[in-house]
This record gives sequence, structure tokens and C-alpha cells, in this order.
Amino acid sequence: MAIDRDAVRKIAHLARLELSEAEIELYQAQLGGILDHIEKLRELNVEGVEPLAHAAALATVHREDEPRPGLSTEDALSNAPEKIGPYFVVPRILDAP
Amino acid sequence: MSRDLLYRSARQIAADVRTGKISAAEVARAFLDRIEATDGQLKAFITLSPIAEPPNPAGPLAGVPVVLKDNLCTRDVPTTCGSKILRDYRAPYEATVVTRLRAAGATILGKTNLDEFAMGSSTENSAFFTTRNPWDLDRVPGGSSGGSAAAVAAGQACAALGSDTGGSIRQPAALCGVVGFKPTYGRVSRYGLVAFGSSLDQIGPITRDVADAALLLQVIGGPDPLDSTSLPDPPPDYLNQIERDIRGLRIGLPKEYFGEGLDSEVRARVMEALKLLESRGATLTDVELPLTPYAIATYYIVAPSEASSNLARYDGVHYGHRTEASGSLIDLYARSRAEGFGPEVRRRIILGTFALSSDRIDAYYHRAQRVRRLIARDFERAFRLVDVIAGPTSPTAAFRIGEKAADPLSMYLCDVYTVSANLAGIPGLSVPCGFTSSDLPVGLQILGRALDDLTVLQVGRAYERETGPMTRRPPLPAPSS
Repeated sequence: MAIDRDAVRKIAHLARLELSEAEIELYQAQLGGILDHIEKLRELNVEGVEPLAHAAALATVHREDEPRPGLSTEDALSNAPEKIGPYFVVPRILDAP
Repeated sequence: MSRDLLYRSARQIAADVRTGKISAAEVARAFLDRIEATDGQLKAFITLSPIAEPPNPAGPLAGVPVVLKDNLCTRDVPTTCGSKILRDYRAPYEATVVTRLRAAGATILGKTNLDEFAMGSSTENSAFFTTRNPWDLDRVPGGSSGGSAAAVAAGQACAALGSDTGGSIRQPAALCGVVGFKPTYGRVSRYGLVAFGSSLDQIGPITRDVADAALLLQVIGGPDPLDSTSLPDPPPDYLNQIERDIRGLRIGLPKEYFGEGLDSEVRARVMEALKLLESRGATLTDVELPLTPYAIATYYIVAPSEASSNLARYDGVHYGHRTEASGSLIDLYARSRAEGFGPEVRRRIILGTFALSSDRIDAYYHRAQRVRRLIARDFERAFRLVDVIAGPTSPTAAFRIGEKAADPLSMYLCDVYTVSANLAGIPGLSVPCGFTSSDLPVGLQILGRALDDLTVLQVGRAYERETGPMTRRPPLPAPSS
């Protein structure tokens, strides 16, 4: 299945992946080849078949709603590329007043 | 230290340590020497671990040197996932399987190489280097748990843990001539395994014999409150029940696993193994798994979709690589991810995002989930007629480094016999069953019913009992003393 450049560009944006024009071209071609193979699934009649999301024979598991130790703030921040006090730092997202 | 120690079973090493014949520290020293002598060529390790205090000297794995695929979280050394994005990541918690190994007395020697985020079949997608196949250094060890399989084959470790999302334990085990077992989904806690495809991922052992795989599964398996998908019932005693007479056991041979694309020498070795089991009283029956030609297509929608969602967490904010470039918050995400992820991971994120995008989700993701159910039903039907299903693990023996690197689809097709077990959640074992004329190992795959890990292990054990322990060793430099 052919997939156009703009579609690859849009998907990359949705996936929050910056791609160069050369990469867009490469992925456009490779994705097309992979999707050609995946087109096989259209040969099958799946009418009325329940989707299978998970192979485990498990119902939703419940537990008591009791407090228990979790990750400490210090541990949670221990790999942060940039932090101030107990906060993760991101670029400014609002204009200064 | 004798070469014998490097190829001794985990059962024997643990017994020798428990009875004081040898100390855990002596065992660790011998294996570290072996790693030092061979890993320059083999490149199985990303990080060596500091050897901790003498571990539990009475445990079932007392002093057994084990290595971990580097997508299993440890506190003492980084967990890189073979990715630049996690190059310096130090997990603030430890995977349940690692905690259980340590409690059983195992010595963790280090973290092994893998395809980035476990996406690949050769370790060529590692951001750091490609691991070599110990039987032929110009060939891949398989993947994604290629470092673990190569290390066990080369006598650098007695046993290893890997993870298997579409064959990533079984295929490298086959290509390196060792045993690899993917348990039933849920048998082993995934807590602390870096997520790839959460409905498919399962941790399992890589060892040199099936009884050792049973021993490791015994230690790492069982319910875990930290993983709500772990099965609630305690696992049976695999090791004590592993020896079984296979007379009357019904083995199904799916014709779809012996068709076009299967290398003739791989077919010959697998058929010899099956005939041997037949001569010991098992019956061989043809079965049909008609959905097999659709398994790869189904897998390569389901797994990348789950991956694109799981890998959204790498944002350059909470942990992992962050770009130096300035820009908006969206730019920060997009650049950090572009700089941190390698080509295959990016490709799968794009494929998964495509399959999940609102105008395509029905045609791709939901359709694949429906086919997934049909694949699971294929197995249910077959397992009404037979006790296990057997065939090749991989369509070919180890391929040359670089041979498939430029064509992602050709690499995906390596998984043709393994992905279905993950889609259906059933157990699968790869057992070495001989060599090709180019001296490359071949793996026999045994698949079983969900929850019936024991029968799968028993059949593998029956085969290795007949053939005896593998005496052939990879042509690597012998230990110095």
C-alpha cells in the first residue's frame, strides 16, 4: 500500500518524533512495503469475531485500597535531565504576564 | 579453573556451593575470567555488575552465575535497553525476577546486549554494538535476547534471563545452540521489565539444558502483587516433575511450519529429533494451523501499536535523554525522541501510531486483534488433538551480520514460527537439536497449551535425555588455565 509523505509527516508529529526529509522518504518506502504485507489480513473474514486484546485468562484484579510505600520524590526525580527542587523542568509553555 | 566448571549445570553448581565444594566467589571469578578472555570478540555484555556479598549459600541457585538482558531493571548498574535514550538510566527499583534470583542465591554477573527496546532478531539494532554468534563470529546470535544467548553458549554465564515478545528468547537460543523458554503469559511477573508489547512480553530463562530452565522458572515464576497480569496460582514444582516417560504423548506437526522458506538442513535436524521422540513412544500427528501465514502481519500491527503507546513515556522530561536544542515543549519531546531512538524503534513507533490513528484503527489495529483471536482458536483446536506442537524455532540457522539489516520485512519474517505463541499467550521452548553442515546450531521448538508449561518442559527434557548433554563447544579461545 502506498502511503504519501504528508501522511508520514503527520504520523511522526502525532508520535512526537522529529524526522528529516531523508528519513521521511525512507520510512515512506519501508512502511509501504510493510503495509503491503499487512494487507494480507484483508483476505480474512473477521465478521463477528471478538477482538482479543490480551491472552491472559484473567479478570480485572482487585486489591485492598490501602496505602503502601511507593516511589519517593527523590527516587522519582533521580533520573530527571533537569529539575528544580521537587519539580521536573520543561520549557515555558505560557507567555510571561 | 577448569573448562568443566564453565559448562557445569546450574543444579550442579548450586549443589557444589551448598556443600562447600567450591565457594560462590570462586565460581564468580572463573566466569569473570572467561568473560574477560572472550568478550572482546563476542561482545555479549553492555555492563558488568559489581559482585555483591556472597549470596544466599543455601538457596536453590546458590552461587549460580546468571546474566540479565539489559531491559530488566537493576538498581546497582544502568538499565540501557540497548538504547541511547536510556544510556545512563539507573532504575530506582529492581525487577521482581532479579530480586527472586538474588534471594535464591544467584550471582548476577552483568547485563547483556539486545536489539534496542527488544525490537529485532539479531542484536544489530542495539545502539551500542552487535553481539557475535559464538559458533561463527561473522554471524548474528539472533535476537533480541542475543547477548544472553551468546553468553550462555560461550560459557560466560551458566544461565541468563531474556524477554520474549515475538520469539526474542527462543530464536537466539536456537541460533546459539542453547535452551530458551518463553513461559505462559502471566507465569512470570513483568514488574521491572521495560515494556515493549505489554500483552505479549514474557520473561524466561536461557540455559544449557532443559532441567536448568525448569529450575530457573521455579525461582522466577509465580504470582506478584506488583504485576496484576501475573497468574494468581502458584506454579507447580517443575524440576521435580521434569522427568517423564513420553510413551503415548501426542506431538502435533503443523504442516504450515514445514513449508516454503524453511531451510532444508533445519528441516532435516528437526525431523530427526521428532523421529527420535517417536521411537521412544510418542506419536507424531499432522495438525493444521491455517492462520500461520497471517501471524506476522498480525504481530507487526499489535506489537508496534503497543510499543508506540508504551514508548510515549520517553519524553526528555522524566528520565532518559534530553535534547540540548532549545524550543517549545513539543520540540523538546520530538527532538529528544529523535536523538534518543534508533531507526528500528522509530520505524515501529511510526507503524504503531499509524495503526492506532483514529481514521485507521478499525482497518488495522482492531482487525489485527480479531485475527489474533482466530490465531488463538487455531491453537485451541489443535490442542484438542495433541498434547504439544513441535517444529523448527527459526526457518534458518544464524545468518550473516548485515545480511538482513537493510530490509526490515526480511528481518520480521525470521519470527514466522515464534510470534503466534505470544499472540496466543502459550508456552514455547527451543531446544538444541543438532547442527547444519556449516556447524551452526539448529533449534527444535515445542509449544504447549496455556498454563501447561510443565508438559513442554517434560518433552524437551525427554529429548535431551535421549541425546545426552551437548559436548560440542563453540570455537572460542579456551580458558587460560
